[in-house]
Amino acid sequence: MTKNRWVRDYGPIVLAGLITGAAALVLTALGNPKNMGFCIACFERDIAGALGFHSAAKVQYLRPEIVGIVLGAMLAAIAAKEFRAKAGSSPASRFLISLFVMIGALVFLGCPLRMVIRLGGGDLTAVAGLLGFLAGILVGIVFLKKGFSLGRAYPVPAAEGAVLPGGMAALLVLLLAAPGLLRFSSEGPGSQRAFWLISLAAGVLVGAAAQRSRLCMAGGLRDAFLLRDFRLLSGFLAIWTAVTLGNLIMGSYTLSTVSQPVAHSQYLWSFLGMALAGWGSILLGGCPLRQLILAGEGNGDSAVSVLGMVTGAAAAHNFGLAGNPDSVVDGAYQVGGTSTAGMAAVLLGFAVLLAVTLTHLPKKEGAR
Amino acid sequence: MIDTRGFGCPTPVLMVRKALQKDAPAALEVLADARVAVENITRLADSMGYQVTEAPDGPDFRLTLTKK
Repeated sequence: MTKNRWVRDYGPIVLAGLITGAAALVLTALGNPKNMGFCIACFERDIAGALGFHSAAKVQYLRPEIVGIVLGAMLAAIAAKEFRAKAGSSPASRFLISLFVMIGALVFLGCPLRMVIRLGGGDLTAVAGLLGFLAGILVGIVFLKKGFSLGRAYPVPAAEGAVLPGGMAALLVLLLAAPGLLRFSSEGPGSQRAFWLISLAAGVLVGAAAQRSRLCMAGGLRDAFLLRDFRLLSGFLAIWTAVTLGNLIMGSYTLSTVSQPVAHSQYLWSFLGMALAGWGSILLGGCPLRQLILAGEGNGDSAVSVLGMVTGAAAAHNFGLAGNPDSVVDGAYQVGGTSTAGMAAVLLGFAVLLAVTLTHLPKKEGAR
Repeated sequence: MIDTRGFGCPTPVLMVRKALQKDAPAALEVLADARVAVENITRLADSMGYQVTEAPDGPDFRLTLTKK
């Protein structure tokens, strides 16, 4: 491969990965939770809490990063003439899949992006999540090879594609003009936040970079195994590299399995939670970050996915499904993890994904 | 003619790969509705020994894959 071609194929995605990693470090330094500078699952959960969709007092804040990602992606798509409103690719199934992707991610305590950020902070408990994510993706690939598809989307009026970006803009207006309507955590991860304008700007930057480069955590591993195409995976690795180097430079890298920020060492359920998130992301065609980007490009099906994830976050906290971090109580280290209900929800999620998968395979013989 | 319009990643690439692997055609026409699909199909075609020319087709893209 010539140097020019390498730069053309890999330059934007590596740059987007480095920008995303750097943004996570900056946001953490300015107040966001440790090893969570950027987490789509956690931040959508915080938004669900801010809107009163759940009552977990420690995770409520209308995160401007999420608003920024969608608006940044939309602006980049419009500038590149890539904003195209379309919808109709099994939206109800996408809602259901997304709900369980979120539950799986919150059992682990982080979306695929935060998984990489946790690894970049030296959090070895996240290795179980990485292995689970990979396993889930490999399961998804088996069904992709058998012809799984959620079907075609069709062109719809531009206003349809603008619903989620418009909704995000409305949330920003609420945050700035009517904060009394929202809930704000006074302790816990939801209380740890960078100044809103910086969060918004970081979101816009990452959203635009991810839109231009097609950055996707699930797509990286999927394309590497399915197509032997390593372009997207290089973005995944660039985030990991940027966060690791940044943490090493700032003295915040702690290679350990204990006392990691907002993490638990219940390895089996970290593995299974991320396996659920990985499989679901393959069925959706992209990770939670990618769903935000596609929604910004006018994809109504991805907008439904985002709403499914917000609903999943609310369910995870209303029904006590989300993982609890390890903690120190009276000087004793207590392993956190998920509840029995959370374990049941993950298993139910696998059953739901299998049902959706089997009902969206080609009827005739014709494995790809 | 392979019509990949409306399908999300990675279905367009898989549809094209299947067609190329099945018949190894000298040429193949592909319709795509997203720039990302065009990019991905072009990379796949290149790796399988095909040259790609691209032309607009209304709001969509018409790709012609020709064996190198």
